[in-house]
Amino acid sequence: MRLKKLSLFISIFLLSFLSISNSYAIEPDIFVQSTVNRASQALNSKFTKDEKIKKLKLIAKETVDINGIGLYTLGAHRKNINTDQINQYLVLFEQYFLKSFASRLAEYSNPEIEVKSKNKLNNNYTMVSSVLVATDQRPEVKINWRIYTKNPENLLIRDLIIEGLSLARTQKEEFSSIIQSNDGDINALFVILKEFAKN
Amino acid sequence: MKKILIYLVITIIFSSNVMAGTDGDNNLSSKNPGQVKDCFEKLNRATFKFNQVLDGAVFEPIAKAYRVLPSPIRKGTSNAIGNLSNLVTIPNNILQGDLKKAGENTGRLVINTTLGILGIFDVAKSMGLAEYEKEDYGQTLGVMGTGPGCYLVLPVLGPSTIRDTAGSFVGFLGGDAWYNVTVKNDTQHFNDFDYYASRGTGALDFRAKNLESFDNLEKNSMDFYASVRSLYLQDRQQKISNSTNITNTQNDSDWEEIENQ
Repeated sequence: MRLKKLSLFISIFLLSFLSISNSYAIEPDIFVQSTVNRASQALNSKFTKDEKIKKLKLIAKETVDINGIGLYTLGAHRKNINTDQINQYLVLFEQYFLKSFASRLAEYSNPEIEVKSKNKLNNNYTMVSSVLVATDQRPEVKINWRIYTKNPENLLIRDLIIEGLSLARTQKEEFSSIIQSNDGDINALFVILKEFAKN
Repeated sequence: MKKILIYLVITIIFSSNVMAGTDGDNNLSSKNPGQVKDCFEKLNRATFKFNQVLDGAVFEPIAKAYRVLPSPIRKGTSNAIGNLSNLVTIPNNILQGDLKKAGENTGRLVINTTLGILGIFDVAKSMGLAEYEKEDYGQTLGVMGTGPGCYLVLPVLGPSTIRDTAGSFVGFLGGDAWYNVTVKNDTQHFNDFDYYASRGTGALDFRAKNLESFDNLEKNSMDFYASVRSLYLQDRQQKISNSTNITNTQNDSDWEEIENQ
């Protein structure tokens, strides 16, 4: 009798544990749709531009792997700098990213994005396909989201690929160009990032 | 004389392409995607600046005015220009060995030119033909394995590579049926104006569709020239690989390296 009770207790415990972990795990396509919905609410016309930017920054902090993108955009240059410089860079990159991201999005009024499908690339990445619905002013735009799925309970966006053009790669090549045109001096990039964040 | 001059320019372009191809840093083709060297960066940046001034003074204001036109008129114009581009796409489908696409696009051209009233209405699309994808001679050269050569910024025309510029010349040498009946041959029905007006309208339509994106990119870029170069080269890479599958055109090694750090 005791054994039966014990096994029932263990079963309930295991089931509830599974149920808890399931409740935190989220499918990448649902994650993208929910992020888009949150952004759409933030872009509601009842908010001022500053309020929109504040809300968008908060969403970005929670859903985008800003440090991962920062390291990616540094490309081969990250091998040539020390830990202090990396840390300094990551702080500057976050400021730059949030400002750039929020001001880009804040220009749109209620963009309608429909998630279409998902494609698991490997255990770390899933590509979610979506479209920005056409308006009178512009045609439909295909947007793919590179979702970092290593931790299924904390999915993060690592790249947006708009009509086949990767924003992370564009950023990486822009940073590389800045560093190269300053004779490989990474401090030149830091100065420009600081200036961008200030203005 | 004109032909000799064009051949001469192409020969020079291809020979510089071959030279650039030997430095190991110049290999964007369907078989070998990679980095493209910006051999003429100073000149390119100066041309880019010139194009920006020209755009601000001429193209952007006209594109903004064009955007005021009712949506059906812009849509019809865009369709008609797209329909004309089939005349370059079809021979390139054939050269790339994609006979199925060539057949589809020929059907599209015939249907849209007749039932779609000179291409104003995309009847073929509503009849269920697959989505139209433009092809050009630069892409075909890339598919055949020709490297892009150096990155180039052309006055007025914008970003290109030596290979893509050479590809454009093929159109002037008889590869573009629309150019042949308007400019090259003296036909009673069309003249030079028709060709240049269609090309200009196509550029205007593209600019009008991308007004916000360009503004946004420029405002948020710390090196706008480098951003545009990156976007152009990514776009060409994707078109040459003829793949809508993002993972085929993306190099994931850097993401993997971050993963393993």
